[in-house]
Amino acid sequence: MSSAAAETKSQVAAIGEKYKYGFVTDIEMERAPKGLSADTVRYVSAKKNEPEWMLEWRLGAFKRWGEMKEPSWARVHYPKIDYQAAYYYAAPKNTPLKQSLDEVDPKLLETYKKLGIPLSEQMALAGVAVDAVFDSVSVATTFKDKLNEAGVIFCPISEAIRDYPEMVKQYLGTVVPVTDNFFATLNAAVFSDGTFVYVPKGVRCPMELSTYFRINASETGQFERTLIIADEGSYVSYLEGCTAPKRDENQLHAAVVELIALEGAEIKYSTVQNWYPGDENGLGGIFNFVTKRGDCRGARSKISWTQVETGSAITWKYPSCILRGDGSVGEFYSIAIANHYQQADTGTKMIHIGKNTRSRIISKGISAGKAHNTYRGLVSVLGKAENARNFTQCDSLLIGKECGAHTVPYIESRNPSARIEHEATTSKIAEDQLFYCLQRGLGQEEAVALIVNGFCKEVLQQLPMEFAVEAQKLVGISLEGSVG
Amino acid sequence: MLEIKNLHVRVGDKDILKGLNLTVGAGQVHAIMGPNGSGKSTLSYVLAGRAGYDVTDGAILYNGENLVGMPPEERAAKGVFLAMQYPVEIPGVTTMMFLKSALNALARARGQSEMDAIAVLKAVRKKAATLNVSEEMLKRALNVGFSGGEKKRLEILQMALFEPKLAILDETDSGLDIDALKLVAEGVNSLRSPERAMLVITHYQRLLDYIVPDRVHVLSNGRIIKEGGKELALELEAKGYEQIVKDAA
Repeated sequence: MSSAAAETKSQVAAIGEKYKYGFVTDIEMERAPKGLSADTVRYVSAKKNEPEWMLEWRLGAFKRWGEMKEPSWARVHYPKIDYQAAYYYAAPKNTPLKQSLDEVDPKLLETYKKLGIPLSEQMALAGVAVDAVFDSVSVATTFKDKLNEAGVIFCPISEAIRDYPEMVKQYLGTVVPVTDNFFATLNAAVFSDGTFVYVPKGVRCPMELSTYFRINASETGQFERTLIIADEGSYVSYLEGCTAPKRDENQLHAAVVELIALEGAEIKYSTVQNWYPGDENGLGGIFNFVTKRGDCRGARSKISWTQVETGSAITWKYPSCILRGDGSVGEFYSIAIANHYQQADTGTKMIHIGKNTRSRIISKGISAGKAHNTYRGLVSVLGKAENARNFTQCDSLLIGKECGAHTVPYIESRNPSARIEHEATTSKIAEDQLFYCLQRGLGQEEAVALIVNGFCKEVLQQLPMEFAVEAQKLVGISLEGSVG
Repeated sequence: MLEIKNLHVRVGDKDILKGLNLTVGAGQVHAIMGPNGSGKSTLSYVLAGRAGYDVTDGAILYNGENLVGMPPEERAAKGVFLAMQYPVEIPGVTTMMFLKSALNALARARGQSEMDAIAVLKAVRKKAATLNVSEEMLKRALNVGFSGGEKKRLEILQMALFEPKLAILDETDSGLDIDALKLVAEGVNSLRSPERAMLVITHYQRLLDYIVPDRVHVLSNGRIIKEGGKELALELEAKGYEQIVKDAA
């Protein structure tokens, strides 16, 4: 076994430069002056032609942010972030709002092609509409017409602020308050763009909505903001994919996502996050500090989070559900893979407020190399939540001997009728499983990918078909060289 | 086809095989019999290349090429197959998915073209029926919740699918009732061919009533101490290992 461990080390070292998405597109960028001040906030707001109320909202957030402390409770370690050393706004210079794909810089489209985003008519056949966010500005929005017909609004949030101010005012910051936490407040001050979705009453969104985010310019933080409102009895499935180029310095990504499901509505939100994880020595990589929260505001509403987190040097992310409406349902399905020096501290919060609310948490954590992977979750049943139900299952898989898996479940119940079940397992890829696969002709990496995909199956099944295949491949890629 | 010369194998700090010699020609079926702890399973694992079974001396020549140091998947690609005593469970991976992955990995390594899902399904179905491997089994996670008989049938199905040149069957009879044993033996017999060598490792003579070997070798304390024709198995059954070992000493 000791020889196997040595081999593991050498193989891990050999993976080296494998980050598939580590290319940089050379496009002239327009940037805000370096650093963060009230002027930076004004600059961003002015660039977006925002109304006065929005600027006030941002400035209020910025003021509060100055009084807040960066949280330190997560099981992640990183050098102090110098918030004055980054750019808070970067946009491709020659691409203001475009009406059609023909107007888009071909280099941008080339970038999307490399990312494997089929930003073309093929997308219509695949039934996917993409609002692609390139750094801070949405450069192309497809299939608006079809969505318009159904009455679905799917647009950059900057556009929504201008075109649907009443709706934005009504919902923005109502799920993740401006002062929610350090990173969310920072986002509120400087968010540059993101996505807005509104699905009207009784409408089943005719296609999967998808946004790819990508951090391209160096030394920029990306602070996108997403707001999705599903009106009574509606349904929407939203996919989000993330990649970023390879750079030696760390880049900050602090997004906020707010979901609101009114009576009988359902929102399914899926993420495949593959930000640059840093190299095999832990140099570079994205710091991913994200606040995602859904509010089941109406009775019998449902919000389901599915995430596949394979990238980022640090992941700090807890997509949560506030189960306010009676009979509402929250779900969280997660795969978190950490290899080399990656650190992931991720999980969910299920807050049961209404009667007969149900939640389900399935978390699969995979650690390899020297990585640490923590599941941190809260299930809270408040006093009036009669007959609340929760089921939680946290499974950890270890590959090699130098990685770690940690499970930190918090359970609070103030109602005696609540029923909360928690199951947790930790296992290793067994040597006999690997040998069995190798004996049947599978290569080392293929065998690991197969076993890990099997381990993650319950979560992968939750992803929309188009994403499931990509996610399975990603699971394999992110674990390359992790076993000797 | 297989020529094992003076093979010494260490597991941890213990010497298990201590100068084993064995030759198996193409088209032949040889049985290895021996008491518990004689080194039978070690022999099967070292032939397949399992990590932790260190060859300290000797050679394993397979079609003239020394297998020592070759990774298990390369051996598999070259036609070495080990039907395991304890087939491993892989949760979440359907049996069909596993068979497809393995078939295509072997095809790539052998320079053949890969098969799509439908071609694999056809190939598997054709061979599954005779081994009484049901559609339902193929949909379940690999070996998870399978009975002893189901696991062993699946091993033989894989042997039929992967078309090995050297098949090693490690205690394939263990845990099988007589009906299951017959079914598995029929499967094995149907795979006997002039190009294929088989090494049947067993503790009991019973299996050899159904898979009749060309030669029988008795393994004891890491060495072959006696060999003979198929009648040697009967002699073992009658006298017991202890007597045979004494006689040979």
